[in-house]
Amino acid sequence: MKALLEVRRVSKKYGNGSTALSDVSFSIQEGEFVSIIGPSGAGKSTLLRCINRMIEVSSGEVVFQNVNVTKLGKKQLKQVRRTIGMIFQHYNLVNRLSVIENVLHGRLGYKSTLAGMLGLYNEEEKKKAVEILAMLGLQDQIYKRADQLSGGQKQRVGIARALVQEPKLLLCDEPIASLDPNASKTIMDYLKTISTTLGITVLVNLHQVDVALKYSDRIIGVNKGRIIYDGVPREMTSDMIHNIYGSETGDLLFDLGGENAG
Amino acid sequence: MLGNFFLRKRMNFLAYFGLLIIIAFVAGVITEYDPVKGFTSIPKAIVWGFTNFYPNVESFEKLPDILQKIRETLLVSVAATVTGGAFAFLFAIFGAHTTRFNVFLGVISRGIAIVFRNIDFSAWAMILLFSFGQNVMTGYFALFFGSFGFLTRAFMETIDEVSGGPVEALKATGAGYFSIVFKSVVPSTMPQMISWVLFAIETNIRQATLVGILTGTGIGFAFDLYYKSLNYHAASLVVVVIVIAILLIEWLSNYVRRVIL
Ligand SMILES: Nc1ncnc2c1ncn2[C@@H]1O[C@H](COP(=O)(O)OP(=O)(O)O)[C@@H](O)[C@H]1O
Ligand SMILES: [Mg+2]
Repeated sequence: MKALLEVRRVSKKYGNGSTALSDVSFSIQEGEFVSIIGPSGAGKSTLLRCINRMIEVSSGEVVFQNVNVTKLGKKQLKQVRRTIGMIFQHYNLVNRLSVIENVLHGRLGYKSTLAGMLGLYNEEEKKKAVEILAMLGLQDQIYKRADQLSGGQKQRVGIARALVQEPKLLLCDEPIASLDPNASKTIMDYLKTISTTLGITVLVNLHQVDVALKYSDRIIGVNKGRIIYDGVPREMTSDMIHNIYGSETGDLLFDLGGENAG
Repeated sequence: MLGNFFLRKRMNFLAYFGLLIIIAFVAGVITEYDPVKGFTSIPKAIVWGFTNFYPNVESFEKLPDILQKIRETLLVSVAATVTGGAFAFLFAIFGAHTTRFNVFLGVISRGIAIVFRNIDFSAWAMILLFSFGQNVMTGYFALFFGSFGFLTRAFMETIDEVSGGPVEALKATGAGYFSIVFKSVVPSTMPQMISWVLFAIETNIRQATLVGILTGTGIGFAFDLYYKSLNYHAASLVVVVIVIAILLIEWLSNYVRRVIL
């Protein structure tokens, strides 16, 4: 195993003076399933977006596959971005387009300007997209418009769009925050399968501690822009959870007992 | 404390209300406007309308002429709105927060749109009269500038509202700028943009009548001509034709909207 991603001493200060990240460092091995947990406003979304530079870091560096992403020019940045899939809380699909069109958007990073504008995809890409949709149980929705799908189905289209990029890493920003428990479980199960069978590294922001404990190889706890826990779920204590979520959270709405007893 | 708070609110309201009445009164004195005379003249105006301002049989002889004029007005309005919309699309892409690729360029296009939006159609017509004279091009450009400014603003808001999410997603896949615009911004905003263009066509047809009076073209000219030559029956026929045309256009654009949205 070697480090796929290294985040070194990253800080982020927004224009309005608020500090979202202070001196954050961690590294992720290839194939790992890592969750970032923390209260809202802790800096989880900012952290995730600093990795593919959807947000520029203020200081520090991000090294992905031995390439310092923070130093790249526009063109090379695009090449790195297409090897990193991203999944969003609100799915971020083009609602008026069909499922298959949305999935094929994942190939745009590989296209020339003209081919991208016209949406010229080759047979192989289309076949791959259909295969991925079938794998995610969406074989019957291929030609449906994205806005006719349920939330869980939309998120699976989002996952398919990321997978068709043939990524090394998936960044998921609260992928289940807008879903009901059933759909949430389906999505988390798919993400886990993707990590174990396709060997794709998964980094997922969550605010549900129980979900993070159940699915992750490793958990990173963030509070006020700082990492205050980085370790396996087994060693997570309820004291630590209180620290991550802040002391004012009197009693959290779940119990650690069963999960971590064994 | 609480009592004081509400008392202050009430006092503030009374003060503003009193100020408003004083302003209205002073304005009336300065312009020698007599509100009583103003309102009592309304019934007289209605009576005059019913006795003089209606189309009679002779006025229908003018109908072919009037129809030709309204066709000209309709075509000018549509042409001005559509070309204005095309330019507005470009400026909106440059100016919207979601799609601008350069802050400086973004501010410039927003600025231009604000200037064009805040100069009224009739003001444009007057300004352009100097350069083009009483000409159909004057009307065309007045409507073009007006709808360009209005549509740029509407398009920018549509882009920022609808396509933020998809744009972020496509950027994250490594897609280039033009792929992002054509594959996410265009498909997600097109129906709303068409709807705005239809709305602009509707308002432009109304404006075109007014602009026509100023520039001496189209249906506005026909109305002006008949009215000034005291041919009230023909003038009223012009009004009827305008109302029917506007209703037709509105019905048509509502139909198109239903289909595309
Ligand atoms: N674009 C922005 N401009 C200014 N401040 C921001 C911006 N985005 C996030 N923040 C601030 O940065 C902090 C971290 O936000 P975020 O990364 O969204 O946290 P999380 O995803 O954990 O809820 C918050 O205090 C938030 O208000
Ligand atoms: Mg967030």
